[in-house]
Order: sequence, then structure tokens, then C-alpha cells
Amino acid sequence: MRLRSANVLRVAVLALLVSFLLWPQSFAPLFAPLTQYGAPPIYDQGNLLELTLAHLATVCVAAVASGIVAVGLGILVTRPSGAEFLPLSRALVNIGQTFPPVAVLAVAVPLVGFGEKPTLIALFAYGLLPIFENTVVGLQSCNSELLEAASGMGMSARQRLLSVELPIAMPLILEGLRLSLVINIGTATIGSTVAAKGLGEVIIAGLLSNNTAFILQGGLVTGLMAVLLYDAVGMVERRICKSAHVA
Amino acid sequence: MVSALRIDRLGALFTAVGAPALAFLPFVVFKQNRILPGDALSLYAALPPPAAYGCLAALIVTAITALFVRQARIRFGVALLGIVILAAAVAAAGNGLTAVGNRVVRVAPGAGCWLLLAMLMLMATDALTRLKPRPLTRVLLLALCAAGAGIALAHGIFDHLSVMREYAVNSERFGRELQRHLWLVFGSLGAALCLALPLGMLCHRVPRLRAGTLGVLNLVQTIPAIALFGILMAPLAALAANVPLAARIGIHGIGAAPAVIALFLYSLLPIVANTVTGLARVSPAAVEAARGMGMTPGQVLARVEMPLALPVILSGVRIVLVQNIGLATIAALIGAGGLGAFVFQGIGQTAIDLVLLGAIPTVALAFAASVLLDALVETMDRTPQ
Repeated sequence: MRLRSANVLRVAVLALLVSFLLWPQSFAPLFAPLTQYGAPPIYDQGNLLELTLAHLATVCVAAVASGIVAVGLGILVTRPSGAEFLPLSRALVNIGQTFPPVAVLAVAVPLVGFGEKPTLIALFAYGLLPIFENTVVGLQSCNSELLEAASGMGMSARQRLLSVELPIAMPLILEGLRLSLVINIGTATIGSTVAAKGLGEVIIAGLLSNNTAFILQGGLVTGLMAVLLYDAVGMVERRICKSAHVA
Repeated sequence: MVSALRIDRLGALFTAVGAPALAFLPFVVFKQNRILPGDALSLYAALPPPAAYGCLAALIVTAITALFVRQARIRFGVALLGIVILAAAVAAAGNGLTAVGNRVVRVAPGAGCWLLLAMLMLMATDALTRLKPRPLTRVLLLALCAAGAGIALAHGIFDHLSVMREYAVNSERFGRELQRHLWLVFGSLGAALCLALPLGMLCHRVPRLRAGTLGVLNLVQTIPAIALFGILMAPLAALAANVPLAARIGIHGIGAAPAVIALFLYSLLPIVANTVTGLARVSPAAVEAARGMGMTPGQVLARVEMPLALPVILSGVRIVLVQNIGLATIAALIGAGGLGAFVFQGIGQTAIDLVLLGAIPTVALAFAASVLLDALVETMDRTPQ
């Protein structure tokens, strides 16, 4: 019963978000009280749907890239041959988290120019940390008896990794992906200060013209997207956990 | 103990990145003025031959240490020395390339120099993680590094580098923005502690409150920082317009007030969540024993539960502190000042030196905060209660 009401809420939030993006003008009366001197209540300097998709695309491209690299590195440092790199990579992840995203973004601009590229670099670098950390923890949490049993069954190191270790670590890896997605959806808004296309444009337009309605629209769409994605990855995670327990 | 000549694989990685960086990438970039594109100079072009060869020899010794020496202590010392020599070389290049009295030319470390610095820092970090220093040692090391950097800066050793040129132009403002930055960070943290600690205790006592409170605070975290700053501007502007007292104590739609409130809201989740976790971790036996001694519930909380939960709560404070130092840079977008002001101004003028003037102190602050609080958490966790 409780599960069903949660699903209703999910669908309702998604429907609200989609209908706002498709027909923003029909929400104008809601935002009108927030504007002054007859300013437009709905963002009118670009298509909200396009900006949202561009925002999402940037975040997803960065997340896929950092997912592949982070899981790869995580596997590498947990193999016996890469063990030397483990303490350093752990320390790096810790230090990396103290770098503010704005700083990464700002330093990337002179290297690659304005636009999407510095944003992608910052999101990629920032997204690596939680995924890498969780991959390492997940792979290390496989108990040694299980691994020995797998070897005893005649599995090669590669088979063991693919059919035992990675499936066991998968929920934690997904949890890392989930964290990095949510952080990056928020961080991507800062990308608009270096001319990347995204919802940050809406917020910054609001800041510049002192229009709270714009700021709220940009903020709400980004926030709702983050919540929905967080929830969606969580659902995948639970499904995987369940199937792992059944197996 | 340098038994067999076994090549250290990490050292091989550092050398494989560092050597080509030194050979093929610019060591420093020399610009006739702030706007003109710069000339890339190698180590030999940037320094007079004796200094260049000295620096090269030092770097080769570092590479050999990285490749063949196994003792972490030596590796750490040599890496640290390498960093000092590299810094001195850059400073010397700045002084040598700048004619006396010329305040227009710009000398900045090039990509090769940054990569070398990164490799040396990695080598030092790796050695340090192997040494596993105790918390107090780590804090002392941090203080030593800070003191070294402080003395070098105070003596004007780096004054001819372009970041310091930007500092010289903005020196008065820099102090102000730094103070503002710290005020934003610690003001919001202090306010958050006042609310989050009692809220966490309440959530611990009343389980029904827990899911709801944490859910709402989680939602707050998903709102992007720029948006939250912006959203808070409207009600505060209205407040300032309608309540004269609010305006008089400095509450305005733009500026520090929305920034502090936003940072405060972001700070709540980690502290509340960690207070709940910390209190849940306290063993029921300890609480029972305290009750058996006749302590009132308040005394149990103050003398048994909170002290036992403190390490976990402090690690929440660490998360908040590091996060706030980073987020406070964004507050510059709504006129709240702070070190972010330099970063965004630098982005606007495509002046990397100005960006670095804001970014380097921010990263240093966040790093120092994390080292200090990590050490504190570890000390507390170890102390037998």
C-alpha cells in the first residue's frame, strides 16, 4: 500500500515536471506574483525544454565517462598487481573532495576555452570521486571464502571478477553513481557562468534581471530532476539487490 | 636497506609523467603584459644555466628516489625538498625574467611546472599515507607547510609571479574578501550547529520525526546552490523593504544574508544525520549503566550519549566545513563577496591569474580544514571514554 502511494507521488512529480517543460506558459499565473514591473513570469530567452535536455545530456555524458573510468580504476587498484596504487588513490579521492567545483571549472576554462568543455571536465572529475570510493569498498567487501570457492570452481581471475566480485559490488557502485549524479546536476548549473548550455542560464538570467520567477524555475526544475534521478537509480539499485538475494 | 634494485611502480608512473613534462612542456609562460598571449619557456630558457642545471639535478635525484628507494620517510623528505626546489626555481625565473622596476610583464608557471608539482605532491602524499602519521604529527606537518609558505610569501619571494601581481593590485580587497569568506563559512556553521544538534537529538528520541526531517533536509541538498541563493533573495528583499530594523542590521536581498542562510540550510543535513547516527551508535549498556547510577535523562544525554557520539558528529562538521568553504565561492554571484569574487571576476576577464588568486586560497582553506578536523575526529575516536 505504501509502495503504491510512493509510485503515485513519483508519477505525479514527473508529470508536473514534464508538463511544465512542455507548456511553461500555462504556469504563468503561478509565477506572476513573483515578478515586478511587468517582467515576464516565465523564462523567455530560450526554450526551457531544450535547456533541460542540454543540462541532462551534459550531466549524463560526464557521469558515463566518470563511471567507466572510476570503475576501471577501482578494479585496477583492488587487483594484486595494482595494490601499490591503492593507498595513494584513496588519499587522492579524499583530497579531491576538498576542491570546490567552481575552482575546477575556473581552472579548466583557460585550458579548453568557454562552453560545455570546462563543465564536462569539472563534472567528470567531480563525479569520479564517489564512484571510485564505492567501487573500491564494494570490491573489497567480497569475503575471501566466496572468492576461494569461485577459484575452486575453476573460475579464472577474470571470470571471478565479472561473475562474482562485480555483481556483489554493484549496489555500492550504483550508490556512488547516484551520489555523483545528484551532485553533478546541481554543479552543472554553475557551468552557465562559463557559457555552457543548461538550466543555470535561467537562474543567472533571473539573478541579472532581479526576476525571482526565473530563479525559482531554474532551481525547481534542477531540484526536481535531481530528486527523480536519485529515486530512479535507487529503484534500479533495489531491484539488483533483490535479484542478488533471490539468486 | 636499498636491497635489490627493484623499480617502484608508483615512482615509474611519476617519472613517466614528470620527465616528458619537464622536457616538452613550458616550464614558465612569459607575457609582455596581462593581455598579450605568452611565450612558452623551457627550464633552460627561463633560468641561467647554473640554476637550470642545479634544478635539473635535484629533479633527477628525486626521480631516482621515487624509482628505487623504498623507505617512505626518505621518499617523503626528498619529495618535499623537490617541491621547495621547484618553487624556488619558479620564483627565480620570475625574478630573472622581470627587469628591475617593470610591473607590466607577467611570468606564470607553465603546464610542465604544474605537472611536476602535481607529481611531487603525489609522491609526498603516497609516502605520507604509508607512514600513517598520528593525528598530531599531521597537524604539525600542516602547520610547518603553512609556515613555510607564509614566510616565503611574506619575504616577497614569489612577488614577480603573475598571481602575486594580481594580489599586489588587489591586496587590500583580498584581506577583506578572505575575512568575508571565513565569516560566511563559520557564521553559517555556527548557526547550523545551534539548530542541528538539538534537532538531531530530537530525531534520535522521537523516531517518527526522523524520516521526515532527514527527507526534507535531503531535498534541500538537491537544490543547486545558485538557485537557493537566488530564491532567498526575494523574501529577504521584501523583509528589508518592510521592516526597517531588518535593513538596519544588514539584511538585504543581495549580499551576505541570503548566502549565510543558504549555507546554513545546506549545513543542516550532515550535522543532523551524523548526530542521529552517532547517538544510535552509543551502546545501550552505557546508557543503562548511567541510568542505574541515578542520572536524569538530561544528564545521560549530556554526560554519556553526546560525548560518545561526538566523533561521528564532528565528522559531520568536517563535511559541512569543507562543503561550505567551496560553496561560499558561489556566493560571490549574489554580491556576498568572499574569495569567489576573484574567481568570477577572473572568469569574466579570462584572467587565469585572478581566478587562481581566488581558487588557491579556497582549496588551501578546505584542505587545512579537512586535515584539522580529521585529526580531531581520529584523536577523539581513539581516546578511551
